[in-house]
Amino acid sequence: MLFGIALWLFTYYLLNEGLKVPLFNKIPGPVEVITEFFSRDPIWGTSIYTPDFHTNIYVSLQRIFIAFCIATGIGVPLGLFMGWSKTFKDYTFPILETLRPIPILAWVPLAIVMFSGFETPVIFLATLASLFVTTLNTLLGVDSIDESYFRAAHCLGSKPRHVFWHVVVPGSMPFIFTGLQISIGVAWFSLVAAEMISGDFGLGYMIMDSYMVNKYVSMVMAMITLGFVGWITSAMVRIAGNRMMQWRVRALALEGR
Amino acid sequence: MTSSATKGAISIRNVTKIYDPEGVNVMAVDDCSLEIASGEVCMIVGPSGCGKTTLLNAIAGFHSVTKGEIYLDGDLLCGPTKPLAEQGADRVVVFQNGALFPWKTLIDNVAYGPIVQGIMSKSEANEKAADMLAEAGLGDVGKKFPGEVSSGMARRAEIVRALINDPKVLLLDEPYRAMDALTKSIMHESLLEVYDRTKVTIFFITHDLEEAIFLGDRVVVMTTRPAKTKKIVDVNIPRPRSYKTLSSEEFRLLVQEAKEAVHEEAIKAFEAGERELA
Amino acid sequence: MADAVQSAHDTTTVVRRSKLQKFLSNKTFWRGLTALIVFTLLWEIGSQFKGWFGIEIWWVGKVAPPSDVLTTWISVVQRPGYWESWYLSFSRVFLGFIIAQIIGIPFGLALAVNRYFRDIFFPPFEILRPIPPLAWVPASIIFWPTTELSIAFVTFLGAFFTIVINVLGGARTIDIQYLRAAQSMGATQWNLFTKIILPGTLPSIFTGAAVGMGITWEVVLAAEMISGGGQQSGGGLGFFIWSSYMGGAMEQVIVGMISIGIAGYLSSSLIRYIGGVSMPWRRLF
Repeated sequence: MLFGIALWLFTYYLLNEGLKVPLFNKIPGPVEVITEFFSRDPIWGTSIYTPDFHTNIYVSLQRIFIAFCIATGIGVPLGLFMGWSKTFKDYTFPILETLRPIPILAWVPLAIVMFSGFETPVIFLATLASLFVTTLNTLLGVDSIDESYFRAAHCLGSKPRHVFWHVVVPGSMPFIFTGLQISIGVAWFSLVAAEMISGDFGLGYMIMDSYMVNKYVSMVMAMITLGFVGWITSAMVRIAGNRMMQWRVRALALEGR
Repeated sequence: MTSSATKGAISIRNVTKIYDPEGVNVMAVDDCSLEIASGEVCMIVGPSGCGKTTLLNAIAGFHSVTKGEIYLDGDLLCGPTKPLAEQGADRVVVFQNGALFPWKTLIDNVAYGPIVQGIMSKSEANEKAADMLAEAGLGDVGKKFPGEVSSGMARRAEIVRALINDPKVLLLDEPYRAMDALTKSIMHESLLEVYDRTKVTIFFITHDLEEAIFLGDRVVVMTTRPAKTKKIVDVNIPRPRSYKTLSSEEFRLLVQEAKEAVHEEAIKAFEAGERELA
Repeated sequence: MADAVQSAHDTTTVVRRSKLQKFLSNKTFWRGLTALIVFTLLWEIGSQFKGWFGIEIWWVGKVAPPSDVLTTWISVVQRPGYWESWYLSFSRVFLGFIIAQIIGIPFGLALAVNRYFRDIFFPPFEILRPIPPLAWVPASIIFWPTTELSIAFVTFLGAFFTIVINVLGGARTIDIQYLRAAQSMGATQWNLFTKIILPGTLPSIFTGAAVGMGITWEVVLAAEMISGGGQQSGGGLGFFIWSSYMGGAMEQVIVGMISIGIAGYLSSSLIRYIGGVSMPWRRLF
């Protein structure tokens, strides 16, 4: 596996700095990017030593965190309730399905008009994207629960609230967590887009800004950082999921997966 | 006004059940009557899809009855005025594919009933659950999740989960269907042992004739859909029974008797291309 | 004691209500309709509030009311430019999408089937995957000579990753028994591939396609909004929205939003339809 990565880095280097293939000459090579990354006095103004690089990372992370929390806080209960009560679902599902096909980016102008400032529209967009995914997956999660569990709970004398907390919630967890992993990816996607179009800080903005003034090295750095941070946040969600669903982890382990 | 003289006596009178999926009427049970005494082990056998599960569902309160009544200890469970019985811990079901909550440990599963009914506190329930599991030979695996134990252990735990509620009737819907013969025989012994201790009324659906005769006091053979009682075989083998019973002459004769009745119906069902009513 | 033969006769009586009757008596349908109507009403009241009562309602107050949107729509629909935008966006979406499929599906299958291929190509794939496609836009613009190509590239990237992951997942779940059954009947490697692995992966391919379609639309939109600022490759629904915004025509913006929603829905339905047709053995969604 390491060999694969090495091979690629080498190819990248070759195309860029080694053989100087013309198409690639505008993109900075890996050597350039890495030296820049670690240098104390970067030519293009950004490296791990410069404060504004960290500000950008921090700002994006903060936004993602807020958006994810709001989306999860609204989406999971909403989805659970929609799965639980058909009446509720009948009233809310059509609205959800009408708004969902509209791509998040189409909301940008509306968001800018509705909310004042820079922060709110950006967070709104990321939240909206996550919200759709989370709600839908939670709903699917509730639907996926085998009828037998409900019947068993009932014939053991449960009241509705027992069924909700002891069957519906744990039973939909697998789907909820899958949804959360997708949702965080989607949140990043929307956040970057929003930052690129209308932000004033953040990694997306950094990419756009660097591009505008031809600081390509910084741009590539931002891209790579973005990938890395995205991967970490997704892994965090997955680990949290595994902790909450010990029963599943252990059962799957026995099956040899 | 409970008749305290009997506990778990079921009276099924002229029950008819008609399903209506997509506007096509399907009669699952047709004018079926059956009396089950308190403390009896009543085995229901019949070809696939004949409607046996429908009866169980009616008693448990999962489905309504279209016509007829069912009484439990003299009280009306369901009837024309009340087509759907309430679900409750007096008639607990053990499901075909197992319905232990995968996200709870075995102890938590067993303790669930008393806790949600408010009969015991959490610690009391847990203690009793642990004791009952130990009695059933599952003492070491109490803290494990259902996904971590074998299906035999899971099924036994599910029966314990039902029994901790001291039900009047234990409803079993082909619980051992998916098991191999060896595991099954252990399950049988375990169930017999439990029955000898508690004398709870058992309503047990199965395909396996030997299982039926081995475990039951009476074996009710049902016709193909729509289900009616075709023949009742009384099993007079004394209790307690052991697997030695399986090789006795009496046993083999009874199995023969039941087999003839079932075989006729099985051919009819096969020709009609019956699919399992899930 | 009716005998079994008799009762078999009466088992099924067919009662069919007309389809229309069933549809109209469907509670779910009416509730949904009510919900949508209420939603639109609240929207209308919310945005008109300032005009009627002088107080601006939080957030909704700034949005154009549905009545205005409707009138604008009627006039917009008559302009050819509007339909040109549809055409442009659709063609971009499908171009990127189809290329992503053509390259992605074989790539995914190769990853699933061949271990060496996977060892070499999977690591860089996984490393590049978390980078949001839009982050590639500036790099793409620098790299590719024309704007169209750069948009197509980013669109391709967006769908590509999703499709590959889905294909990979799907190929892995094919029950090994099918493969063994085929082999025991004398199938060659090629046969195995075309008759078992390929059809077995089809459901995942279509799931991946549906999701990829959504991503493609987002990306095309973003690209149109970012780079269609009046340059030679302007146009498309994203550009329509952005320029309406720039010109302060908020009703048009909403018209654009709804149009894209419809376009996206149509694309997904198309995929679902094709999926249903090519996989008669299973109901997809």
